[in-house]
Amino acid sequence: MDEDFIPVSRRGILAGGVATATIATAPASAQDSPQDRPPPSATTRLKVNGRTMTLTVDTRTTLLDALREHAHLTGAKKGCDHGQCGACTVLVAGRRINSCLTLAAMHDGDEITTIEGLGRPDDLHPLQAAFVAHDSYQCGYCTPGQICSAAGMLAELKAGVPSHVSADLDDPRATADEVRERMSGNICRCGAYSNIIEAISEVGGIKA
Amino acid sequence: MKFDSPATTNPIDRLKVVGKPIDRIDGKLKTTGTAPYAYERNDVAPNAAYGYILGASIAKGRITSLDVSAAKRAPGVIAVVTYQNAGKLAKAKAHTARLLAGPEVQHFDQAVAIVVAETFEQARDASRRIKVRYAATKGAYDLAVAIKTAQKPAPNPDAGADKPDTAVGDFAGAFAKASVQLDETYTTPDQCHAMMEPHATTAAWEGDKLTVWTSNQMIAWAVRDLTETLLIPKENVRVISPYIGGGFGSKLWIRADALAAILGARAAGRPVKVALARTQIFNNTTHRPATIQRIRIGCGPDGRIAAIGHESWSGDLPGGGPETAANQTRLLYAGENRMTAHRLAVLDLPEGNAMRAPGEAPGLMALEIAMDELAEKLKIDPVELRIRNDVQYDPEAGPKRPFSHRDLIGCLRTGAQRFGWDKRSATPGRVRDGRWLVGLGMAAAFRNNISMTSAARVGIDRKGVVTVATDMTDIGTGSYTVIAQTAAEMMGVDVEKVVVLLGDSSFPASSGSGGQWGGNSASSGVYAACVKLREALARKAGFDPATAVFDDGKIRSGNKSATLAELAGDAGLSAEDTIEFEGLDKAYAQSTFGAHFVEAGVDAQTGEIRVRRMGGAFAAGRILNPKSARSQVIGAMTMGVGAALMEEAVVDKRYGCFINHDMAGYEVPVHADIPHQDVVFLDEVDDKSSPLKAKGVGELGICGVGAAVANAVYNACGVRVREYPITLDKILAGWAKV
Repeated sequence: MDEDFIPVSRRGILAGGVATATIATAPASAQDSPQDRPPPSATTRLKVNGRTMTLTVDTRTTLLDALREHAHLTGAKKGCDHGQCGACTVLVAGRRINSCLTLAAMHDGDEITTIEGLGRPDDLHPLQAAFVAHDSYQCGYCTPGQICSAAGMLAELKAGVPSHVSADLDDPRATADEVRERMSGNICRCGAYSNIIEAISEVGGIKA
Repeated sequence: MKFDSPATTNPIDRLKVVGKPIDRIDGKLKTTGTAPYAYERNDVAPNAAYGYILGASIAKGRITSLDVSAAKRAPGVIAVVTYQNAGKLAKAKAHTARLLAGPEVQHFDQAVAIVVAETFEQARDASRRIKVRYAATKGAYDLAVAIKTAQKPAPNPDAGADKPDTAVGDFAGAFAKASVQLDETYTTPDQCHAMMEPHATTAAWEGDKLTVWTSNQMIAWAVRDLTETLLIPKENVRVISPYIGGGFGSKLWIRADALAAILGARAAGRPVKVALARTQIFNNTTHRPATIQRIRIGCGPDGRIAAIGHESWSGDLPGGGPETAANQTRLLYAGENRMTAHRLAVLDLPEGNAMRAPGEAPGLMALEIAMDELAEKLKIDPVELRIRNDVQYDPEAGPKRPFSHRDLIGCLRTGAQRFGWDKRSATPGRVRDGRWLVGLGMAAAFRNNISMTSAARVGIDRKGVVTVATDMTDIGTGSYTVIAQTAAEMMGVDVEKVVVLLGDSSFPASSGSGGQWGGNSASSGVYAACVKLREALARKAGFDPATAVFDDGKIRSGNKSATLAELAGDAGLSAEDTIEFEGLDKAYAQSTFGAHFVEAGVDAQTGEIRVRRMGGAFAAGRILNPKSARSQVIGAMTMGVGAALMEEAVVDKRYGCFINHDMAGYEVPVHADIPHQDVVFLDEVDDKSSPLKAKGVGELGICGVGAAVANAVYNACGVRVREYPITLDKILAGWAKV
């Protein structure tokens, strides 16, 4: 099996003791209260952007923090940590997810695509290129989430998944209003919405 | 270089690169998630520990006891810092409240402790094991009550508040005599920047030397304020901020994340990074203060203003300043008799401070409804009323102080024509589209143009690559790109041959990003440095610097030429200069102008409001990059829709905090709220503003747009709401009265 094994970090050891079992807790000393014991950690195998990685992290670690702080894939952003802004959007098995609202330990064996997996500066994904051409961003902090969300959203539209604004639930039309509705979980405070819709529409073949 | 007389023809006027809608040069990094923001500096601080802030749970009072023992014992914890072990700290002059509480607490969620741990989860968990006891004292949290004891604030020219009161002619007499009078009071709520990237800092000490990677708009101010706060010499502080995930004023000054990371790093003996949790930002940092504004306008039946008065009340912590909401009324419309006044109440809410277009944004939300109401009283079209009251000079100073360039009328006419304003029914409630009542509204946009001293260094190497270094920041404004365009134009090279390095205090100090001064000021600083570099290259080639032409990577004089790469040689050449703006902003009123047009729908049953169309025309001198400038304007228009329809940091008057302190409770516009936006810039240059003949454009778009939405809602449904935000409950209450 092709895999990149990320060694257990020093943090992992300090946090979770020996990282051999799926759930491991270090033995507590006699004086410690239960609260003072190191929290349990979990070993999770993720396939991120086509590469398998094994992470042993605190069970409280979100998928977002596993990606950002442990795998050092900082493309997914932490805007709110509460599923309210969408900056952390990644694709799990091709579907969009707020990676701050799900724990890394819940994704053992999952295939995850982050913005880094969609394209690189020298090899942009069509959505990334369209965002550049239409100036669909300003500060850039929501941008990876917008692009991952757009990729997932276009696939949902193609698969016939309806939305709140679909006139026909069995046959949703690819319109700009559908895109606006479906992208509304991704906040852009710089207010690039008008340009984001143009970029997505161009890539999705939607009349803006 | 001093800019003290109007610009003449210069190399920028060639417009081979400047003025072109080129893609942002940082675009590929931002769209691939590879631009490193402050919390993501694994490249420079790979072993950073995690800091987490515990905020105060009272708004005013004292800490009576602090027990950090359980937190220190918690797994993974490296250090806990509070006022008791932080060492000597001072409050920087730029801060109203201190960044670290103790023993006094000045506002809710003021930082009380920093926990440093091996992981984020451990630091967050341990912060909750700190036991803090407080003695709370009674605070003032209700602006409507506090204005009874409001005072005239001290003049503060640095904050655009040079005169709290102004008076010209006899306002009271002229208003009393006017045959048509408008006298209304409007309120705007506390608002939050809600930029997408939380305040974040990675800090590292090497001996006495401190390096701070932070998300900050004003690098030189950050150094100054860290120096004042930490009581350490300036040369020991380096601030780095190449990518900033939005600021809108919230990152003009260092915040608690920076101090927490710095103190945490000192205590832990290794780099520490801290980001404010989203739920902390609303009360820990700054906000745009709420206002209560009374506007009186008197005129004759022809609509020409005889008397205009604008008073604004706002509140802040002791030592803070007012929201200068009446300021634009000093300049926007004609009228011989005029007055403005600001009054400031003491409130024990978190620190009020600048948010995108401070003063004008809430001020025009009120003034431009007032103008709509006046137009209705007069039965004059709102566009025409504004045209009749145009003035080509500072109306307080008289004709001796003209505007450097003012084409508000051009904006009004162009915008109206593009939008189809002539189809508007002046009577509200006349247009129906299914369940929607449809209305059109408009407002003028106005924002002063501010220029700031700005320095840059420009070098060229043996490959002909031009490198610009300045501590300027790009907060999404497009600084990287317009600076590259400026240098490319000046040096006669392709924009691909320019490398731009920003956001580092080791580079020459720039204007920074704020008050829509950054684009024009910082690129003018780059212009000045390029002029010096051109002189050095010309001298080296033996050409006359005054007549040498820089083009296509070469310098030419008559039929002689040399490549810049050859002249630079192995050693390279570089030059540094500073643009200093002197006198022209005194001699001329310098402002930017625009006109907003909005179509709104109001659900005839529920009062739900939707913005259906938006458009505007804007005049802001030379537009350096129409693509990024348009983005600034549409983004500001979007923020203005939020201000009009949804944004309100709700004060819990019992406990003195903003209660809706997250992005679910503090609603901002989402995709579904914003239609396609049509923006056009008038083709103009302003030779009094800078060598680039440009002006600011980053804040103009938010100025007036909220009132345009409000006026469209009124035109749609006949309910005039004067208390922002305009929500459906207020529409329903208005209908109930009819």
